[in-house]
Amino acid sequence: MTTFLALAISGLVFGCVYALTASGLVVTYVTSGIFNFAHGAIGMVAAFTFWQLHIAWGWPAPVAFLVVLLVLAPLLGAVVERILVRPLYGAPIGVTLVATLGLLVTLLGLAFLVWPPDTTRVLPRFFAGHTVTVFSLVIDWNQLLVIAAAVTVAVSLRLFFSRSRLGIAMRAVVDDPELAALAGTKPERVSQLSWAMGSSLAALAGILLAPLVTLNVTDLTLLVINGYAAAMIGRLRNLPATVGGALLIGFLNQQAVGYAPPWFNDYVSPAIPMILLFLAVLFIKGERLRAGSLQGLRMPRPPSLQRSLLSGAAFVLVAGVVGSQLSPANLAIGGQGMVLGVVMLSLVLLSGYGGQVSLCQLTFAGLGAYAMAKAGGGLGGLALAALLPAAAGALVAVTVVRLRGLFLALATLAFAQAMDKIFFLHALGSGSSLEVPRPSLPGIDLQDDRVFFAFLAAVFALAAVGVLALRRRAFGRRLIALNDSPAASATMGVSATSTRLVVMALSAAIAGVGGALLGGLHGSISNNDFLLLNSCVLLLLATLGGLFSPTGAFLAAMSYALFPKFQELFPDLGQVQFLFTGLGVLALGRNRYGIGGQLADAGEKLRALRVSRVREVARAAG
Amino acid sequence: MTAHAALELIDLRAGYGSIEVLHGVSLTVEPATVVALLGPNGAGKTTLLRTTSGTLTPMGGCLHVGGVHVNGADAASLAQAGVCRIPEGRGIFPNLTVAENLRMWTGVGGLRLPEVEERTFSRFPRLGERRGQLAGTMSGGEQQMLAMSRALLVDPAVLLLDEISMGLAPLIVADLYELVRTLAEEGIAILLVEQFAQTALAVADYAVILAQGRVTRRGTPAEVEEHLSAAYLGGAA
Repeated sequence: MTTFLALAISGLVFGCVYALTASGLVVTYVTSGIFNFAHGAIGMVAAFTFWQLHIAWGWPAPVAFLVVLLVLAPLLGAVVERILVRPLYGAPIGVTLVATLGLLVTLLGLAFLVWPPDTTRVLPRFFAGHTVTVFSLVIDWNQLLVIAAAVTVAVSLRLFFSRSRLGIAMRAVVDDPELAALAGTKPERVSQLSWAMGSSLAALAGILLAPLVTLNVTDLTLLVINGYAAAMIGRLRNLPATVGGALLIGFLNQQAVGYAPPWFNDYVSPAIPMILLFLAVLFIKGERLRAGSLQGLRMPRPPSLQRSLLSGAAFVLVAGVVGSQLSPANLAIGGQGMVLGVVMLSLVLLSGYGGQVSLCQLTFAGLGAYAMAKAGGGLGGLALAALLPAAAGALVAVTVVRLRGLFLALATLAFAQAMDKIFFLHALGSGSSLEVPRPSLPGIDLQDDRVFFAFLAAVFALAAVGVLALRRRAFGRRLIALNDSPAASATMGVSATSTRLVVMALSAAIAGVGGALLGGLHGSISNNDFLLLNSCVLLLLATLGGLFSPTGAFLAAMSYALFPKFQELFPDLGQVQFLFTGLGVLALGRNRYGIGGQLADAGEKLRALRVSRVREVARAAG
Repeated sequence: MTAHAALELIDLRAGYGSIEVLHGVSLTVEPATVVALLGPNGAGKTTLLRTTSGTLTPMGGCLHVGGVHVNGADAASLAQAGVCRIPEGRGIFPNLTVAENLRMWTGVGGLRLPEVEERTFSRFPRLGERRGQLAGTMSGGEQQMLAMSRALLVDPAVLLLDEISMGLAPLIVADLYELVRTLAEEGIAILLVEQFAQTALAVADYAVILAQGRVTRRGTPAEVEEHLSAAYLGGAA
């Protein structure tokens, strides 16, 4: 009984922190309509800033606490709203998601830069040493502080939204921003305030959470998934249900520690928040079919089969020649770029053409590598490396087939993180790695690195030609139609279910093949190769490179592969893949066509120019 | 002293994105006057009201309120400057209670809530009975009363009304138009968009016909009335 109560108290404490995070998330989402994926990262940065002020610079705790909470965090929120979020109002979910993910990655990169992880930092508990004893149960003051903070925030939010003019104005802006403006309230100001509030709540949660866990950049950032789950239980609208959900998550997590059998705690407990998030997303009511909007995407025209075959052949030829000249180290980087390019192509199909955001492409790649290792190589292994992820993709697609946009992104995020915690951690063995053989072709020695490089280039070219061929066929038109206007597609009898299922499975299969070859390239894979955050970086880079063309995918993959090189050049910059990607997205994220799209556009213009010149010459010649 | 017109549009151009809807509209509304803006679907009536209230930014021409050039001012600023638009449909916040909606109306003119409630509930006693009810759960007529209460409270210089009769019973429509007349007599300049031309012409001092983004006719209600069917049915404009 005492164990139960003690665990219930610590569960309550964690639940309170999650409730704070989730409330901040809900406040910003409801008022501005934009889900802030960087919410946890803001809390993380706040906790580190608090550490900096309080521990490193020796400010008194209350002063540092109030400065972060009431000055720095709201300021950050307001600035983010003004610079990043305001241009996004009314933008499609894909764009807003990439923008806030970009912010997440930027904050991660900055944190790694400012607070390098090579030193350990500890935030002591507040009021360390002070405890109270209730019925033989020892509760420390830090726990009381957390509970008191959560109760205060919950009551204040309730009063704020029901009693104050500003709170009512926030709800009014949710209802009808145009009418709110007509009634003399500036909707942008109200949204800005909600971001400041949300950021402050994230900071509060981050500062209270850090002494309970460890002051670690990625851990603190990803603990927000608990908050996502709680917010989804409240359907991103209902604050009391959100708080209830948060308390439930805290309670379940802690009781599992005490009562569940060891295997459960090994395999399932770390993924409880992800499982709850997945379930909560599943029970979200399906949104209304969206009709098309005027701001449709103007995608680059896919080249004809002949053209893409020619370009593909030229690509392989050039790659083979270049590959024969590269040093072994650079050859490995180039090869990495080729296989990641294949994974990126899976995103071109799924996110570019299909408009479905996926944060679990590297998970599929990991499954592919796993299948390849277990099958022991060969072309059969490669086939299995496509089939296993395809099956997993189909399974995910079946469960989330009703979901689109934000909810699909959250479901794939939960899937990626759960697979990380359950599957990769154990199937590959923590820390240790799994050996992955290369496929074998009769008469060709793929064990030779230069030959394998040319083979990878051929696989990329083949996948690119295949994706473009799909795009030109009826299936590709269906995908784009579904993305443009689900309502119009439904009236024409296009089956959203089967199309989404097939595209998800296909894209997972492509990613799986990429993963298997990645394993073959390095000889082994480890569980760190397929982390959720790397999937995020991959998606962001793919968007930057251009989600609508294989050229864009190739550019994005090559820059991802080059990150270790940059890291060598700028060892002081921390984790460059986060910083560079994040800053790139913040700078260019509003351009939806990416660099590849721009290139395609330029190519189109050149071709048009040439055609008109040829016509002129023909006319002049009579 | 020559008073400025409450509202003056000079060669106003407006639209959405790169699509121009209003191709140069000139229009004046004097204080204590009702101007009816008529025209077929897609003529640009609502676009004109949205531009005049600052929801859309003019692409060209001039927008004057009380003699002041206000091109580019946003909706909230224009509301503070005395422009009040009741949008098409119901100009209320459905997920807020009646009292909370009234609280939102205090955003202009520095009104206090008790005063707002008293004035609204004395004019529309039925709203008083529903004070704590979510506005979206009321009948269409009650919702429109709540929307019109904003015009009553903020004492605007210019009132823009967009199809206030839509979907309402004739008795309620008659009541609402009586209110429009009263507001005009208090000195408010009113620009009125209405599908039911006869209803609008009955209360209007002047009428303007808009077709394909241009004014095709203007004059007294009697003068305009005979050209109505031609304008609506696309005859020689």
